[in-house]
Amino acid sequence: MLLPTALYSRLAGAPGAAEPLPVERNPAAGAAPFLFTPRLVRFPRDHEFFEDGDVQRHLYLQDMLTQVSETPEKSMVPEFTCQVAGCCQVFAALEDYQHHYHMSHGNTCSLCSRAFPSGHLLDVHILEWHDSLFQILAQRQDMYQCLVEGCPEKFRTSQDRKDHMVRLHLYPADFRFDKPKTNRGPAMPAAADPPARALKDDSDAMEICSEPAAPPPCRRTYSHRIPSTVCFGQGAARGFKSTKKRNKHP
Amino acid sequence: MWSRRQGRLSTLACGVEELRCRRREREAALRKARREQQLVSKRLLREDAPEEAGGQSAAVLLGEAEVQQFLRLAQRGTDEKEREKALVSLRRGLQHPETQQTFIRLEGSMRTLVGLLTSNRALLQLEAARCLHELSHSEQSAVAEACLPATSYLLTYLSGHSSEFIELCLYTLGNLIVESEAVRKQLLPQGIVPALVACIQSPHVAVLEALGYALSQLLQSKEAPEKIIPENLGFGYFLAVFERSHWYLCGSCSQPTSAGSSLLDSSLLQHMLRLMQPGPKLNLGVAVEFAWCLHYIICSQVNNAMLLSHGALPTLAMLLLDMAGAAQRMDDAGLELQLACPVFRCLSNLLTEVPVEAMGEQMELRDERIVAALFILLQFFLQKQPTLLSEGLWLLNNLTANSPTLCTSLLSLDLIEPLLQLLPLSNVISVLVLTVLCNIVEKGPAYCQRLWPGPLLSCLLNTLVLSDIEVVGQSLELLQLLFLYQPEAAQAFLQQSGLQALERHQEETQLRDRILALQQTAIHG
Repeated sequence: MLLPTALYSRLAGAPGAAEPLPVERNPAAGAAPFLFTPRLVRFPRDHEFFEDGDVQRHLYLQDMLTQVSETPEKSMVPEFTCQVAGCCQVFAALEDYQHHYHMSHGNTCSLCSRAFPSGHLLDVHILEWHDSLFQILAQRQDMYQCLVEGCPEKFRTSQDRKDHMVRLHLYPADFRFDKPKTNRGPAMPAAADPPARALKDDSDAMEICSEPAAPPPCRRTYSHRIPSTVCFGQGAARGFKSTKKRNKHP
Repeated sequence: MWSRRQGRLSTLACGVEELRCRRREREAALRKARREQQLVSKRLLREDAPEEAGGQSAAVLLGEAEVQQFLRLAQRGTDEKEREKALVSLRRGLQHPETQQTFIRLEGSMRTLVGLLTSNRALLQLEAARCLHELSHSEQSAVAEACLPATSYLLTYLSGHSSEFIELCLYTLGNLIVESEAVRKQLLPQGIVPALVACIQSPHVAVLEALGYALSQLLQSKEAPEKIIPENLGFGYFLAVFERSHWYLCGSCSQPTSAGSSLLDSSLLQHMLRLMQPGPKLNLGVAVEFAWCLHYIICSQVNNAMLLSHGALPTLAMLLLDMAGAAQRMDDAGLELQLACPVFRCLSNLLTEVPVEAMGEQMELRDERIVAALFILLQFFLQKQPTLLSEGLWLLNNLTANSPTLCTSLLSLDLIEPLLQLLPLSNVISVLVLTVLCNIVEKGPAYCQRLWPGPLLSCLLNTLVLSDIEVVGQSLELLQLLFLYQPEAAQAFLQQSGLQALERHQEETQLRDRILALQQTAIHG
């Protein structure tokens, strides 16, 4: 198909509509036995007109998904240790470290060092575990929000919430990001290793369990609050800010 | 993802001819599947890896004892590296369908895998996710459905920040979505749509592409037009999920509760259009996936008025211009081709939803650059992908049918001759070309005069020689209009043995009356 050369420059030119030629129809046009009237055509998605295009789409997907299954190449670097206080995991690939950082240090509660997979779950945790106002309000109204994104429901107790999630959202009864609050108080300064108290390493079946009774093997004496200077772009630890400091000066 | 991984395409042992042959076979299989309405099926999603690929990625058949051992090592091993290696070995084994069967039959195996998926050891998590991904690929329902205990976690992780992990979760979910309606019946109440929507703000291109893929699979599912698109998401979605007794809750809330408000009310739609905006930030791989999503949504006709009010038409029109510009510049344009098809469909079907009164307001649809762009793209497809020509011409019909402005543009930009050059390609294309020409000619003498003198008549005489009834029928329609508004054409028709050409089809029932009428007009004027 030979296109006029001016067409290319027209495409690159300014927007503009042609002045339409005058329309003047004769009533005999398209009159019986003739049928033609100009009309827009709509095709439903399963129409055979779309067969070729759908086949091409599928071929593209086949190629794409074959590549997805291939083991990705990693950017290998000399071994290094995670610099977050208390974490001693070692990495030799940047992607692995990035994943580790996001999962284990990204959304971490500065008060009890638990790590969460998302900011949303961290927010809920801080509210339900560390906010005394929440506890007060919860006695009078439904405060436990459903954990499923987009669901607006709230409940009186965490058990009610769990029932809702199991029944309506078909979540597992032992969903590990919905553990009831333990009796353990707020984080103590000389507390245990964050890895031991972060997402519990699941050597056993996923039980809803409280923290291990035995003290973890190594104790540290420095704070496990992630320094604000350490920031990997997203999600340094956040905590429920105390209001005490503001009242210091009279 | 396309550009990122292209460099890693392994060179296959077979030659070019064999590749072409395999591609034809794949096409034939897909065509057959589509006719049987089986196109969205796991089996067809991943091409069987050729045996000679070999090497590292060869599927390994593992026995029950080995699977158990790897799982135990991964779960309880003391050395981090050993645990990781055990999972890698398991993953390789899971590429083999028999190992998959062994795995799912082993008691507690999925539980262990999910435990590793949700552990705090990053590398184990990643490998566990890859194992799940392998399982999700399986054509055997039992295997894919065995992954269901993991889905609540896959969805939870979509709100995280680890892009590679999220990407993997998305492709796994995409596979599960395709598996069966039963699986979707679990994923939907678990909130898959809000979880997907949450991902759309990710800055990572690979995540967006995976998201678009998963979403397009969801929207393409059989029950999507009736169930998923209308009743899904936001408030309306959970309305559908709630038991009847919960309706009172909905009444007390201030959120709109009408069906049809959901998927399309959410910010998802606006984000989708944003990701399709032409400009320096446009990523073709991502745009392709969301263009397909848009196509399925438009076809469902649930709320196209809302799409129009969100500016879908200008976005699509600008995208068309952008693609034409790119087609001019680039040689290798695989992704442009992939994008063109859904964009044509979206634009074309959406045009049918614009109320006639409002057509004039759409400035982009009168801009003559749009027909310039379309023709540049048509020429591009002629070389690279002729199957797309018919869809492009369908769009041209929808653009010109009620638009004197664009019909005028076709004339003033000298696009009639190029259009005529497409006539011989196929019957379907002939009919479309003739229809577009009818669109122009029916607007009256001012338009016909611009076509006369010209190659139109001799082209029509050629089409009359054909035997396809539809092609001939459309030619007759065009002739009638031409004779009506440009009487000299009737004269020339007679002189060029037009009557004899007509006589060939006199006995054809569907054409008889029109032929008679034309013969009369030609002779008597």
